[in-house]
Amino acid sequence: MATPIDLHEVAEREREARFRTPWRTKVCNSTACASAGSGAVLGAMRNLVDEEMALDVTVVPTGCMGLCSAGPMVRVLRRGGGEHAYGRVDSEVAVQVLRSHVEHDQPVADHELDDEMPFFARQERIVLANGGIIDPDRIESYVAHGGYSALEKALTTMTPAEVLEQIRLSRIRGRGGAGYPAANKWSLLAAADGDTKYVVANGDEGDPGAYMDRTIMEDDPHRLLEGLSLAAYATGAGHAYIYVRAEYPRAVERLDRAIRVARRNRLLGRRILDTDFDLTIEVRIGAGAFVCGEETALMASIEGRRGTPRLRPPYPTEHGLWGHPTMINNVETLANIPAIVGRGGEWFASIGTPDSTGTKVFALAGDIVNTGLIEVPMGTTLRDIVEEIGGGIAGGRPFKAAQTGGPSGGCIPAEYLDTPVDYDSLRELGSIMGSGGLIVMDDRQRMPDVAKFFMEFSMDESCGKCTPCRAGTVQMHHLLDKITSGTGSYRDVRDLENLCAVVRDTSLCGLGQSAPNPVLSTLHYFKSEYDELIGVDDA
Amino acid sequence: MMRERRRTLTVSFDGVEVDAYVGESVLQCARRHQVDIPSLCFLEGLSVYGGCRVCVIEVAEDLRLRPACATTVAADMEVSTDSPRLKAYRKAIVELLFAEGNHVCAVCVSNGNCELQDVAVHVGMDHVRYDQRSPMRAIDASHPKYLFDPNRCILCTRCVRVCDEIEGAHVWDVGSRGQQAVLTTDLNQPWGTSTSCTWCGKCVAVCPTGSLSYQGTAVGEMHHDPKMIVRLAAARRGEWIDPEEYR
Repeated sequence: MATPIDLHEVAEREREARFRTPWRTKVCNSTACASAGSGAVLGAMRNLVDEEMALDVTVVPTGCMGLCSAGPMVRVLRRGGGEHAYGRVDSEVAVQVLRSHVEHDQPVADHELDDEMPFFARQERIVLANGGIIDPDRIESYVAHGGYSALEKALTTMTPAEVLEQIRLSRIRGRGGAGYPAANKWSLLAAADGDTKYVVANGDEGDPGAYMDRTIMEDDPHRLLEGLSLAAYATGAGHAYIYVRAEYPRAVERLDRAIRVARRNRLLGRRILDTDFDLTIEVRIGAGAFVCGEETALMASIEGRRGTPRLRPPYPTEHGLWGHPTMINNVETLANIPAIVGRGGEWFASIGTPDSTGTKVFALAGDIVNTGLIEVPMGTTLRDIVEEIGGGIAGGRPFKAAQTGGPSGGCIPAEYLDTPVDYDSLRELGSIMGSGGLIVMDDRQRMPDVAKFFMEFSMDESCGKCTPCRAGTVQMHHLLDKITSGTGSYRDVRDLENLCAVVRDTSLCGLGQSAPNPVLSTLHYFKSEYDELIGVDDA
Repeated sequence: MMRERRRTLTVSFDGVEVDAYVGESVLQCARRHQVDIPSLCFLEGLSVYGGCRVCVIEVAEDLRLRPACATTVAADMEVSTDSPRLKAYRKAIVELLFAEGNHVCAVCVSNGNCELQDVAVHVGMDHVRYDQRSPMRAIDASHPKYLFDPNRCILCTRCVRVCDEIEGAHVWDVGSRGQQAVLTTDLNQPWGTSTSCTWCGKCVAVCPTGSLSYQGTAVGEMHHDPKMIVRLAAARRGEWIDPEEYR
């Protein structure tokens, strides 16, 4: 598969092989389902197939199907059409499902999930398009679903400037949290002087409850490699790094394997797809620091130094890894690139809202019926996400708040449920889009406790370089501890408010500057809960 | 004198116009014109760290604060050095430093000769409104000549930088993170067992507090000499410096 022609051949062969047997079953083998026992399901199915149904069924392990709360998930596909999804499958159910389909052509009603339910029907999948469909370990599977066609198109028919133009047209904003227009970063790197340039994929996903990037890296590693290759081609970089946090060993393993396979197939390395484009990609593993998601700290970590942020300017595109121009993009941003290049920037810009284009992956968590990974167009209202896709609050309790953006974000109360979820609307509400963690809370949650939880996180993850973040988060946590334990006074709340301003305005990097956000937003929307705890009667 | 030939531009500090050299930092420019911006981690001749955040300033209408040590002057820059907001923030930051460590002036070797103390007086800190964290930090007295008391350390990393950049030994570095962050010698071994330390004493000279001192000094006896490094660094750059200014 060393030339573009072979790429099509592989896809064709893979598509033909797809229904060599009348039935195919796909077992979600992503981390969430694996921890719920999908390995045993996979084993039980394979045993049964090997012993009795070898000519009838193919069993395929796939990436995340999305509805993690119903894991392990299984899909059964029939040659000539017909697909059934099952949730909460164990080995016995798996055997029962297989027998029922193959022997009687009957679905099993008990564990079947409705494919038309809003959780599946309301999503629009670009980044997660292959989730639950391809086998992450087989490049052929990715190629058969259109993989590497964007890279082939770019390398054989487009100049780097034309690729960049498509990114500009797409108006995609960085998915890491701040929402900086990706095309601006790309153009800065493309315009930077120097023969050595680097592109880095930021996979140091650290927000509590968020696992969008992990899923992309684990379940569709080639999509990230293709996105990185396109970014490198458009900006003139010859070397790329994927920075993955150490807590994601499966992602590291799969990326390493994907890189090896891609290189063997001349999709990486020298003269990629027989063109003049060369690129090497290396995986670098973090050492367990949240702050290394900050781009200057990330670069320090890649260079092998202590992961602390440094002052900007100079920005990485001027002075990055080892002094060379460097561009750092979030994993999800890069995973959007193959689709943008393949289908055109204008197509991408037509999805979402004018200022926040495309889709966003969210990790739904908390007191909600359907937890899992969803991908929706930007501008979908919070109500749609919580009540429709999320299936509402567990146990029928009232919705209280949604937390977005992790320790850098804020809490959005019920009266703003109809807010469209995009970068600017969330910022107006005192929260941020963040990387995509969305924690839903019901009326039992006390908001000062929530603020304290996130402050503890920021305190533990502060690198210690600048005073306000190092010492300020400790004091804020201490004050929140006093307040939530009922020993606080109005003075503590006042000091807390003052400290929020100090830490926000004087900290060196984004971690410190945004650390007060959970406190500020809960003080703003849920002041009465603080007052209650310190014994101030509002009436 | 070399300085007279440098290109200049005009900036203003709190409405007063002064001349600035192209490429110098706001803090350096302010110091030359006796505009007092307090700072702790900055030391002329060492690389810029920007960690203490005491030297924050406002530039024109920009709401974002910047550290004066790491902000390069630009033509017609309007710098505000002591707005009510800056004063309040600086005071809060110094209070945070005092609450974080064990800074008890009355029993400190540097009492009366301490940059942290001076800055506290400068910002008008009369009490610490935050609860003292009173950390338990072990003193390293293993070095025959010097003593390291992490309780008085504010993590300005002047010692780290001077050891690395001027002496070239890189004995010091920062270990752990957040409130556990602490200076370490070699690979977190006692200073006295360090094989890389040259005993040059530059780290002690630049320490802004009583954290690094000579063995055997009593309360108030420790005199640091950070200007020694300023002179040394300037001499190495081949620059003339005014002996009066850097005495």
